Amino acid sequence: MKPRHKRAALVLGVLSIVGLAAALVLNAFNSNLVFFYTPTQIEAKEAPVGRTFRVGGLVQPGSVVREGVTVRFVVTDTVKSVPVSYEGVLPDLFKEGKGVVAQGQLGADGHFAAREVLAKHDENYMPPEAADALQRADKMRAKMQGTLSPAPTPANGAQK
Amino acid sequence: MIPELGQVLLLLALAVALIQGVLPLAGAQRGRADWMALARPSAYLQCLLVLAAFACLTSAFVRHDFSVLYVASNSNSLLPLPYRIAAVWGGHEGSLLLWVLMLNVWTVAVARFSRSLPNVFVARILAVLGLVAAGFLLFMLVTSNPFDRLLPAAADGRDLNPLLQDPGMVAHPPMLYMGYVGFSVAYAFAIAALIGGNLDATWARWTRPWTTAAWIFLTFGIGLGSWWAYNELGWGGWWFWDPVENASFMPWLVGTALIHSLAVTEKRGSFKVWTVLLAIMAFSLSLLGTFLVRSGVLSSVHAFATDPRRGLFILIFLVLVIGASLLLFSWRAPSVGLGQRFGLLSKETSLLVNNMLLAVACGAVLLGTLYPLFLDAMGMGKISVGPPYFDTVFTLIMAPLLMLMGIGPLMRWKEDELSGLARRLRWALVLAIGAALLTSWAAGRIAPATTGALALAYWIIASMGVDLLERLRPRGGMSGGVVGRMRLLPRAMVGMWIAHLGVALFAFGVAMVKTYETERDVKMTADASTEVAGYRFRMVSVSDVQGPNYVAAQALIEVSRDGQLLATLRPEKRIYKVQSNPMTEAAVDSNLLRDLYISMGERLDNGDWIVRVQHKPFINWIWLGCLVMMGGGLLATSDRRYRSRQTRSAELPAGMAGEGTR
Repeated sequence: MKPRHKRAALVLGVLSIVGLAAALVLNAFNSNLVFFYTPTQIEAKEAPVGRTFRVGGLVQPGSVVREGVTVRFVVTDTVKSVPVSYEGVLPDLFKEGKGVVAQGQLGADGHFAAREVLAKHDENYMPPEAADALQRADKMRAKMQGTLSPAPTPANGAQK
Repeated sequence: MIPELGQVLLLLALAVALIQGVLPLAGAQRGRADWMALARPSAYLQCLLVLAAFACLTSAFVRHDFSVLYVASNSNSLLPLPYRIAAVWGGHEGSLLLWVLMLNVWTVAVARFSRSLPNVFVARILAVLGLVAAGFLLFMLVTSNPFDRLLPAAADGRDLNPLLQDPGMVAHPPMLYMGYVGFSVAYAFAIAALIGGNLDATWARWTRPWTTAAWIFLTFGIGLGSWWAYNELGWGGWWFWDPVENASFMPWLVGTALIHSLAVTEKRGSFKVWTVLLAIMAFSLSLLGTFLVRSGVLSSVHAFATDPRRGLFILIFLVLVIGASLLLFSWRAPSVGLGQRFGLLSKETSLLVNNMLLAVACGAVLLGTLYPLFLDAMGMGKISVGPPYFDTVFTLIMAPLLMLMGIGPLMRWKEDELSGLARRLRWALVLAIGAALLTSWAAGRIAPATTGALALAYWIIASMGVDLLERLRPRGGMSGGVVGRMRLLPRAMVGMWIAHLGVALFAFGVAMVKTYETERDVKMTADASTEVAGYRFRMVSVSDVQGPNYVAAQALIEVSRDGQLLATLRPEKRIYKVQSNPMTEAAVDSNLLRDLYISMGERLDNGDWIVRVQHKPFINWIWLGCLVMMGGGLLATSDRRYRSRQTRSAELPAGMAGEGTR
């Protein structure tokens, strides 16, 4: 091979490696994106059945039931709610009435089986997805009632 | 008074940083030796000022000065002294001060150990570092002053986030920052070389030990952070692909690529343009990491209070630094030249592929970290990219990289031939596959992906063995026994071997723990027991314990195997008094072969506990691998080649040699 050809082969080789790697990366990216839905969206059947996604909102007070290692609770955005079940140890800051994000799959019966439960990190902080769900619910309620009065939910916990 | 003193010291430091950033640079352009001579003294002075300011803030913490807003937000009168000192960098403002202090320490080190470098070059390097410091000092003073007063003073502080009250947390941020900030030195070297237009092997030789040093700290910081998360967060995982972790991992990937491409630039004069670009990218990613972590765009333990001004300031700073560097790069780089030619099958090519793979890995992390933020900022919905994506991508990219790690070091520069390489390496391949199958069989289950990963780990070690044997074999013209020949091995090379061995240990640990770990969440009562991975865990009792600033429920759990008591573990569930946060304090029985990991979940109404019991084979090899990698780095930096003055001045380009000797 002449040097010119060698260089061309090298450039081609590098380009094909990078191209192949990029294609694989993007493919993995596409098939592993986890979308987020609010309980209202789930109620409206916007969320996919049989694919992993996240749901966020508040843990409905009084809804937490323990049966050994399994725990059941209800996630609400104050307008709609979705029943969730989870097996295992909950995060330290999981509390009734506080923000929560659950990742898992929705069953055909409308029951959300969580593989992972995320709560806030400290006193002042709410998971952004949970805050988002509450804000959207607020907006919707305001629209439905035709008023602009702010709802009494602690959506300000989202900041800071 | 002391906080005000700290404030004044920071203002003075800013003034000195500006002098250090402007005058030597201008002096280097105009050939004014007196202006250039300002670089070193101002670097020392700036460091002293920032150090004093840091001492002021520390003293405010030690003396419980709750009239300082930052102290009131991050400390409490009950907080033990070591954590009060760690709290200095426990929040946004203080961590920035630490950032600047680290930058100053690096700058002073450069000023101190650069006596053999040409004056013009040193002046430019220190000036670039001065400008970076000025940017950060300005950022601190404008948006995040750690000395802001709180009037009237708080009666008591809000306490340090309980998650940060851990010995690992005392050491982790300083180490990580040393690494982050350390890449500013390679960056300054690259910019100085671009301005001066002398990107040669000498430049690469000067840059190498500094880059490796930064990389060592970053490796240590990341490893320590991972170890801390494993022990403190109570979930038993060691890496979460959290955006904040990714923020530190991206500079590491690019920094690793930089170390390898610097080797080519030094030895063969090739890859110059790419090396400079990598140096710029490594530092830019450090800044991006700071931006991600400190601007509040991320929500995480590490992301402190949100203030849009802060995000905007760092973003502008980021754009300025990256923009100016790339502008300079595009102006200067075309004149650099391509360096030596090399064959298709050569060490150069293998290092080129190594760099491509590391760059793609970094790009993949960048995509997974930034894309969700981007979508969110555009109001296009919230998505998350979790471990499955990163795990898939990293398996795909790391496999060829590890494969290459076994071949590359044995390849010859310039040109090699396939048949010879295959002959030299065939037994290593057979050995690696055999050992991997044997290990999988011994572990009880053969999973193809895991056996593959184990084979790659063994492959690296086996091919290294081949390399070592070949180099120790007696050759014509060389006297002395094996020991003598071993002494003659360059430290940089031995360092490389050890670092690669670290990667192999790391890969081994990851493969073993991922495949063979056992995790069970069980309900436990006093005197009940459960069995996990052949170990029997018996909960003896749960009692209340008082800590300095928390109360805890402490379980006493006996671990036995075949009726023999192995360990007594005391996991805790703590409630910190001030922030009334529950915290899980896991208990771990650790040895080289496995960890037994117990963490308390929650107490049920009838007094039972949900307990997570985990068996993690070979998990410590992950961090052991990191330590070994660092050891390799340390050995490589200590290579005499980087320090001997004679070789340096002999190789200086004509015209600079005179300035080089001082």
